[in-house]
Amino acid sequence: MLTLAGILVVLSPAVLVALFGISTLLRASVAETVYSRCTAAAVCTGLAAAVWILAAMLITDDRQVEVSLGDWVRIPAGAEHHAGEATGGSASAGSHPVDEPHFHFTMKFMFDRLSVPFVIMTYVLCGVISAFASRYLHRDGGFQRFFLFLSFFLLGMILSSAAGTIETLFFGWELVGLSSALLVAFFHDRRGPVVNGLRVWSIYRLADAAFLIGAMSLHHLSGSGDFSGLAGQGVWPEGRVDIPQQSVLLVGCLFLFAAAGKSALVPFSGWLPRAMEGPTPSSAVFYGALSVHLGAFLLLRISPLLDRSPVLSGLVVLLGAATCVFATMAARVQSDIKSSLAFASLIQVSIIVVEIGLGFRYLPLIHIIGHACLRTLQLVRAPSLLKDYNSMINALGGVSEHRSAVEQSRYQRMYRFAMNRGNLDSVLDEFVVRPFTSVLLWSDRMERRWTSWLSGENR
Amino acid sequence: MIQELHFPWLEVGIVLPLAGAGLCACLADSVRAQKVAILVAGLTLLLAVGEWADFAMVGSFEAHDHWDLAQRLTGRDNILVIDELSAPLPALSALLFLLTILSTLRTKLDRFSMSLTLFSESIVLATLSCHDPWLLIVLLSLAVVPPWIELVRRGVSPRVFLIHMGASIVLLVAGRMLLGDVSSGGQASGLSAALLTAAALLRAGVVPVHCWMADLLEKATFGTAILFLTPMTGAFAVMHLVLPVVPVWAIRSIAILSLITAVYSAGMALVQKDARRFFCYLFLSHSSLVLSGLELVNVIGMTGALCVWISVGLSLTGFGLTIRAVESRVGRIALDRFHGMYEHTPTLAGLFLLTGLASIGFPGTIGFVGMELLIEGCVEVYPLVGLSLVLASALNGISILRAWFRIFTGVPLQSSVSLKSQFSERFAVVLLVLLILGGGLWPQPGVASRHHAAKSLMDLRHQRAAAKSHP
Repeated sequence: MLTLAGILVVLSPAVLVALFGISTLLRASVAETVYSRCTAAAVCTGLAAAVWILAAMLITDDRQVEVSLGDWVRIPAGAEHHAGEATGGSASAGSHPVDEPHFHFTMKFMFDRLSVPFVIMTYVLCGVISAFASRYLHRDGGFQRFFLFLSFFLLGMILSSAAGTIETLFFGWELVGLSSALLVAFFHDRRGPVVNGLRVWSIYRLADAAFLIGAMSLHHLSGSGDFSGLAGQGVWPEGRVDIPQQSVLLVGCLFLFAAAGKSALVPFSGWLPRAMEGPTPSSAVFYGALSVHLGAFLLLRISPLLDRSPVLSGLVVLLGAATCVFATMAARVQSDIKSSLAFASLIQVSIIVVEIGLGFRYLPLIHIIGHACLRTLQLVRAPSLLKDYNSMINALGGVSEHRSAVEQSRYQRMYRFAMNRGNLDSVLDEFVVRPFTSVLLWSDRMERRWTSWLSGENR
Repeated sequence: MIQELHFPWLEVGIVLPLAGAGLCACLADSVRAQKVAILVAGLTLLLAVGEWADFAMVGSFEAHDHWDLAQRLTGRDNILVIDELSAPLPALSALLFLLTILSTLRTKLDRFSMSLTLFSESIVLATLSCHDPWLLIVLLSLAVVPPWIELVRRGVSPRVFLIHMGASIVLLVAGRMLLGDVSSGGQASGLSAALLTAAALLRAGVVPVHCWMADLLEKATFGTAILFLTPMTGAFAVMHLVLPVVPVWAIRSIAILSLITAVYSAGMALVQKDARRFFCYLFLSHSSLVLSGLELVNVIGMTGALCVWISVGLSLTGFGLTIRAVESRVGRIALDRFHGMYEHTPTLAGLFLLTGLASIGFPGTIGFVGMELLIEGCVEVYPLVGLSLVLASALNGISILRAWFRIFTGVPLQSSVSLKSQFSERFAVVLLVLLILGGGLWPQPGVASRHHAAKSLMDLRHQRAAAKSHP
């Protein structure tokens, strides 16, 4: 019964993606109500199944339910054994018994104290946002597109949250990234959202690359991509890894890089306010609530690695603290409500990261859930929130601006720093992107000259 | 003893498009010529699929045609042989030719020659089933002819293309002549190995001898360029002509240069201002990934490379056909501005994104598992190589979305005529998308088949290595 519920949790958004994908590809004319009702049905089914699993876990005191759909891809070890002999391949490859799979991609989902709250939160918030968006985007030309991307996002979040293997988590992680970038560029007849969407995607791709290398390294080190295998015998958060500390630091740093990209930690914080170019419902559910917490979720999921390496935990705390200071300063000078809320989100996310680095496990989880719900509410009522804020300032009689000359000078420097958002974007552009593209553009010019000369043409 | 297929699939599959090419050349009406070409390419695809299915039923590592007419005519053994590595490649190539012919708009028929295309198809199919080194060199030389004729007809200079291809062929011939007898597991001498390696690098378009590819894409019709590149006969030639006979240093040189090409081309794709050049570097990056994976010394990595070979063939052809469809509406596509095509061709926009993402191994597409296997294999043997592969893939992902944004977003293009995609164009790309998604959601049969091929290749290498150490 629990297996069926687990399958329903994953299957309902997958069916939604298939339905919306096919109808979009065939350019079928589907009424708005059909889209919103299908989404509601998928969300309710998945939510009911997730709540069922939670109830069963509470009743039976079972702290981990695994649902395996079998090997998606399986390559037996016999061949590699042979190749190992032939080419001097790795000893681990050669030592596998013949009937043991050497490479297997298992579709496995794990419901534990971390994933179940995340799955339920995802369903609740996506359900609320889809109901909100069905009115907010009524008769908008991109209504179908929005719901298609939302379904991809929902599937990606559920796969990431309930993943039982690092590869399945990566599967969902990528879907979240793509849907996020496309939704930032939702109003695509304007240049701004498109440029910002591409920027978000670029950061995500680099974070994904770090994730993929980390996942492969982990797979290589632990011999399996299963989280249960990684965490040894214990269930989350009590698992323990049996990997050399040096390797833990390397793999952990890769995952930290991935988490920093996904959760907009320093130095990647610049994309978060840019992501607010998308429609308000997507901003609320993606960057205020769910997607921005995915990096923190990853850190919680690999918490056995953090427990194994104090240096890695220290790096997590440092990164969180740096982001917190930066976001606090930047949030105070924003002049529009969505940017202000974006940095407010970032402050909370960075505090959550610090909590994770300090060794807390349940506290950040509770923090994530509380923060996600509050921020979704704030973002969907952003226009009226501004009005509320003005009323509050009026009631207080204005904000005190009196400062001494020394304070004023320091204040101005900090103000400039905050207004420029710490120059993070320009530093990345100037010192990473520009040298890289300059070399490539020079190469392109040289190649063109060379082919022109070779073909006897003058360009 | 090589097993025999139940029908001369290979020979009929080669002769049929050749006859079709002759017939099309006689037809003055280009629309009728296209219809004939579609029929011939469709039948050729059926034959190629039949050959694949028959080979699977035979269940051996290698098989030759029933009756083997080539042997009777030439008196030489095993000229046209299909093996585990090449079994799906003729079917893949035949599909690519059919879909390219099918999606050619009537307005482009005067530029895109059906007879030359069918001639190319015949040559490609013969190349992919040829095991005789000298005949393979002849076929690689003949494959150069159709693009050359087209470049001349279009009044553009074919010099860059001809210099590179000519040099490749001369080096191949010289290398083979110096090679001597290697049938008993012998190895090429230093000079011979160097010549063969240089020939392989030229043909595969490895940096720094890759400029012919961009030149061809800029000057030839997009269809001809796609069909010359995407069957990846260069990689096939490297597998059969170069890797089995050259020493380890030469294999490593090809692998390292391929890897550099993969990363360099991925970066170059990111800064291109012309869609054709962008496609060129994207393709080059992917084909180099395949080439570098083929030189890996473990089965997992090689399985990944063979899977990526198939996925790149499907996805980048679909991607190229989508760019071609857009180009046929708005002319050459500049990527330094926004074209706003989404409102006119939303289906093409979706297909562009899907095929592009499939090429980088996005989850749910045919390339996902292949890329995972390739990176896994690399990380196991050379961690730095794995890092480079991931970097190349990340850069390719960024450039694909950048191109999508530039072509399909922006202020909607104002047009007095309908720019909607035609049924034949949609059909071609949708069929590829179905294969891409089907292979992505149900990857086990494809992976198992490629794994078996990789295992057999490894065994073959092992036998050769053993023969070298115990002559």
